[in-house]
Amino acid sequence: MLIAVLSGFILAAFAPWLARSVGDKAGWMLSLLPAGLFVYFLGFIPAVIEDGALVIHYTWIPGLDISLNFLVDGLSLLFALLISGIGTFIIIYAGGYLHGHPHLPRFYAIMFGFMASMIGLVLSDNLITLFVFWELTSITSYLLIGFDHENKHARWCALQGLLVTVAGGLALLAGLVMIGLAAGSFELSEILADGDVLREYPLYTAMVLLVLAGCFTKSAQVPFHFWLPNAMAAPTPVSAFLHSATMVKAGVYLLARLNPGLGGTDLWLYGLGIVGALTMFTGSFMALRSTGIKAVLAYTTVMALGTLTMLIGIGTELAITAAMTFLLAHALYKASLFMLAGALDHETGTKDILEMGGLRRLMPITFVTACVAALSLAGLPPLFGFIAKELMFEASLQAPGIAFFATVLAVASAIMIVAMAAVFATRPFLGDLKKTPKHPHEAPLSMLIGPVTLAALGLLFGVAAFIPAAAIVGSSVAAVYGAPVEVELYLWHGINLPLMLSILAVVAGVVLYRQWDRVLAMFERMTFIDRFGPERGYEHVMRGLDWIAAWQTGVLQNGYLRNYLTTIVLSTVVVTGWTFFFRADGAISLEDETGFTFYELGVAALVVMGAVVASVTSSRLGAVATLGMVGFGIALIYVLFSAPDLGITQIMVETLTVILLVLVLYRLPDFLNLSNPVVRMRDAAVAVSLGGLMTVLILAVNGVTVNDPISDQLVAWSVPEAHGRNIVNVILVDFRALDTLGEIFVVGLAAAGVYAMIRFRAEDKQK
Amino acid sequence: MTTMGSLILRTASRFLLPLLLLFSVFMLLRGHDEPGGGFIAGLVAATGFALYLFAFDAGRTRELMWADPRVLFGLGLLAATLAGVPPILVGEPFFTAMWWPIEVPGLGEIKLSTPLVFDIGVYLVVLGGVMTIVLALAEAEE
Amino acid sequence: MESVMAVVVGALFAASVYMMLRRSLVKLVIGLILLSNAANLLIFTVSGLTRGKPPLIPEGMDLPAGGWADPLPQALILTAIVIGFGVLAFAVVLIRRAYEVVGEDDLDKMRSTDL
Repeated sequence: MLIAVLSGFILAAFAPWLARSVGDKAGWMLSLLPAGLFVYFLGFIPAVIEDGALVIHYTWIPGLDISLNFLVDGLSLLFALLISGIGTFIIIYAGGYLHGHPHLPRFYAIMFGFMASMIGLVLSDNLITLFVFWELTSITSYLLIGFDHENKHARWCALQGLLVTVAGGLALLAGLVMIGLAAGSFELSEILADGDVLREYPLYTAMVLLVLAGCFTKSAQVPFHFWLPNAMAAPTPVSAFLHSATMVKAGVYLLARLNPGLGGTDLWLYGLGIVGALTMFTGSFMALRSTGIKAVLAYTTVMALGTLTMLIGIGTELAITAAMTFLLAHALYKASLFMLAGALDHETGTKDILEMGGLRRLMPITFVTACVAALSLAGLPPLFGFIAKELMFEASLQAPGIAFFATVLAVASAIMIVAMAAVFATRPFLGDLKKTPKHPHEAPLSMLIGPVTLAALGLLFGVAAFIPAAAIVGSSVAAVYGAPVEVELYLWHGINLPLMLSILAVVAGVVLYRQWDRVLAMFERMTFIDRFGPERGYEHVMRGLDWIAAWQTGVLQNGYLRNYLTTIVLSTVVVTGWTFFFRADGAISLEDETGFTFYELGVAALVVMGAVVASVTSSRLGAVATLGMVGFGIALIYVLFSAPDLGITQIMVETLTVILLVLVLYRLPDFLNLSNPVVRMRDAAVAVSLGGLMTVLILAVNGVTVNDPISDQLVAWSVPEAHGRNIVNVILVDFRALDTLGEIFVVGLAAAGVYAMIRFRAEDKQK
Repeated sequence: MTTMGSLILRTASRFLLPLLLLFSVFMLLRGHDEPGGGFIAGLVAATGFALYLFAFDAGRTRELMWADPRVLFGLGLLAATLAGVPPILVGEPFFTAMWWPIEVPGLGEIKLSTPLVFDIGVYLVVLGGVMTIVLALAEAEE
Repeated sequence: MESVMAVVVGALFAASVYMMLRRSLVKLVIGLILLSNAANLLIFTVSGLTRGKPPLIPEGMDLPAGGWADPLPQALILTAIVIGFGVLAFAVVLIRRAYEVVGEDDLDKMRSTDL
C-alpha cells in the first residue's frame, strides 16, 4: 500500500526523463502506472464489501503520534478508483493534447505528483498525514494551473487558487488538531468509531467552522467559488482531472469522511445544506451566463460541488446514497465532457461556443460522445446521471428543515443545467459550419479513448445500475453514513414527485435552451453583477495586504542601523523592566558577601573610565588605547577572581585586537561628528537605560541559585575520569568537546570569510 | 609595512618569536593540568608571528611559518574532528576520551590521548585562523 | 564586589550601545568590541565571584583544595572570547571593504547602496 501511494511521487521524479527518451508514445506508457493502481485498488473491493474497512499500518514519527496508516473503506476506495481510473485516461489524453509541447515532460512530473498526493489524501488514516497530502495537492495544483507560466493571467489564476485553498488549509489544520485533541487520537478509524465525543466537545462549533473553512475553500463553495473557473487557465487535461475526480472533490471527500463524527447536528445540517444549495444555484446560474466552453463546464462543476455539499449536510440515508451516486456520475460525465471540450478547442482553435458550429460531420465521434455525456449531465434516462438526479430530488424533498429551500434551488439549477447541457451538445455540432482559426478534423485516438470510455460507462451504469451499487456505492454510503446501508439503484422509480420534478426541469430547460441567445443578451446588460462578486473582495484583500506589507516594511526596514538598535534596546528595556518591576517584586539585593579591596575597586574604575573615554573621545588612537585599557582591566578582573585561563586568553586577544585595529583603522577616515547634541543626548538616554537595566538585573539575581550547578560533578570527575587537573581545559577538550568543535569551526569560518573578502577585492582590482 | 618596524622591534622580535613559540607549545602541553590549553597556546603563537609581522613584513612572516595558515586551520579542524572518531571504533559514543599513557625515559609519563589530539587541533585552528586574518589584512595593505 | 561589578557591566553595556548608535563605522566597531566584553563579564559576574580559588587541582589530589570557582562559565567565556575575536575580525574587514566600495564612513549614506 505504501508503495502504491508513493509510486506516483517516485514516477514523478523519473517521468521527465522517461517522457524525453520515449518520445511520442510516452503518454501511453506512463498511463500504465495509474492503470496498474486502478487494478490494484479494484482488488480491494471484495475485502471492503466483506469487512467494511481495512487499516494498513506503517509508523512514521511515533514520538509525535504521526503514522502513515492507510484507511481503505468504501469512500476512500471510490475516490482512489476515480483518481487512478480517470488519471489513466488523462495521462493518455495529455500525450495527445500537449503533443509537441516543450514542457510536456515537466507536465507529467507535476501531474504524477498531484495524482499521488490525491491518492495519499483519500487513503490517509492519520489526520496529520491527511493534511500533509492536502497541502501537497494545493501546491501541485498551483503548479498545474500555472503550467503556462509565461502567461501572466495563468500565473495570477494559479496564485489565486493557491492563496484561497491554502488560507483555508490553515483553518483546516487548526480544525484537525482540535478534532485530534477532542478525540484523543489522530487516527480517523478511531475517531469516527465514536462520533459523540466530537459532538459533545465544548469547542464543537469552532471545530466545525474551521474544518468547513478548509473544505469550502478547497471545494469552491460560495463565497469562495470564484477561484475554480479561473483555474481554467490550466491546460485542459488538468482541468478535466481537477474538476472531475480530484482537487475540488478533496473538500467534499473530507466532509463525507468526517460526516460520521461531526454530522448530525443543526450546525452541520444548516451550514452545509444552505451553503451547498446556494453554491449549486450560483454554479448553474453562472454556467448559463458563460459562452466559453470550459467556463460552462467549470461552473457546472461548482454546481455539482454545491449539490454534494448540500446532500452531505442533509445527511439522511437517502441523501448520502444520492451524494455518492451523484459523485460517481459526475466524475464520469465531467471528465468526459472536459476532454471533449479540450478536443474541440484543440481542433478548432477557439474556446467560445458561439464561434463553433456544424462540426458533426467533421468530428462525428466527438459529437456522439458529447451527446451521451451531456445527457448524463442533464440527468436524462437511461444515463447514470438520471439516477443520481432522481435521488437528489428525493433527498431534497425529504430534507429535515430545509426541504423547500433545497428543492426549489435544486429544480431551478436543474433547469439551467439541462439548458447548458443542450447548448454544449448541440451548438458546436449542429447548424452551418463556422470558420474557425484552425481547420478542424477528428481528434486523435489518445484524445478520444478517455471520453468515449467514460461516457460509455455512464450509459452502462445507468442501464445496469446494480453494478456500481453492489461494487462500490453501497460500501461508500456505509462509510459516510457510519452504519451499514442497503443500497439499490434503479433507473425506474415509478411515477412519483421526483420524476415529475425531473420532467418539469427537462421541459423548462429545453424552453430555456431555445431562448438562450436572448438570455445571453439580457445578461450582457447586467454587468453590475461582476462588480460586487466575492472575487472583488479577494482583490481588495490582496491589494490591502500589499499596502500593509509596503507600509510596514517602510516603517520597520528603514535601513538605519541605529533605528533598529534603538527599537531592540527600548523593547528589551520596556518588556524586561516591566516584567521585573511589575510582574516580579522588583527586589534587588545590595548585600555583598565577597566584599572588595581597594585595588579591585581601582581596576573596576579603570574599566569604566576606559569605556566612557572610548565613547566620547574624538581621536581614533585614543579610542584604541582606551579600548586596550578596558580589555586589560577585564583580564585583571578575571585573574583576581580565580580565572587564570580567562585572564591569559583575554590578554592575548586584546593584543591581537589592537594589532587588527591598527592594521585596518588607519585606512579609515578620522572620527566625524555626524550628529548634533540633541541626538547624542537621546542616544545616551537609550544606552544608559539598557546599562541601568543590566545593573539592576545583576543585582536582582545576585546570590540566587535556582538549580545546583552541574560543575560540581564535572570537578569531581576531572581527575579520576579525565586525568586532567585544569578543570576548565578538561571541560573544553573532554566533557564538552563537541561544543568546542563547533566553536573552532566558527573561528575557522570567520578566517575563511575574511580571507575570501580580501582576495575577492584583490581579484577585482586585477581585472 | 617596513616603515613601521623600528630597529629595536626587529631585534626584539627575532628573539621573542622563538621564545613565544616555545612558550606556546609549553602552554599547549601543560594545558590539561595547569592554566593553558589549545586556545591560549594558539593565541600566544599567533601573537608571536604578529609581532614579527610588524617588525618585518607579510612576505617574510609567511616564509617563516612552515605552512600556509589556511592549511594550518584546515589541518586543525581535521585533527579535532578525527579526535572524536577512535571511540566509535570500539563502540563508544563520539568524542568519548581514550587514553594511552606512555612512559618516556627522562621526561616521565606522557599522557597520549584523544583530548590531547583535540587540543592540538584547537591550537592549530586558532593559530591558523588568526594568522590567516592578520596576514590577509597586512598583505592587502601592502 | 558583585554590586561593583554590576555597575561595571552596566557601564560597558551603556557605552557599547551608545557607540553602536553613532553614524560612524569606526565607532560601530568599537561598540561591538565593548559589547562582547560586556557580555563576557556579565556571565562571569552572575556565575559568582570567588577570590583566589582557581579551578585547578593540585598534583596528587582529586579535588581543588578548599573550594573552587565554578569552571563551567569560565570554559564558556573562554571560547566566547576567541570567537568574539573571530567575529570582530570579520566585521572589521567587512566594514573596511564597505568603506572602500562606498567611500563613506557615514552609515546613513550607505543605506541606498543595496537598493
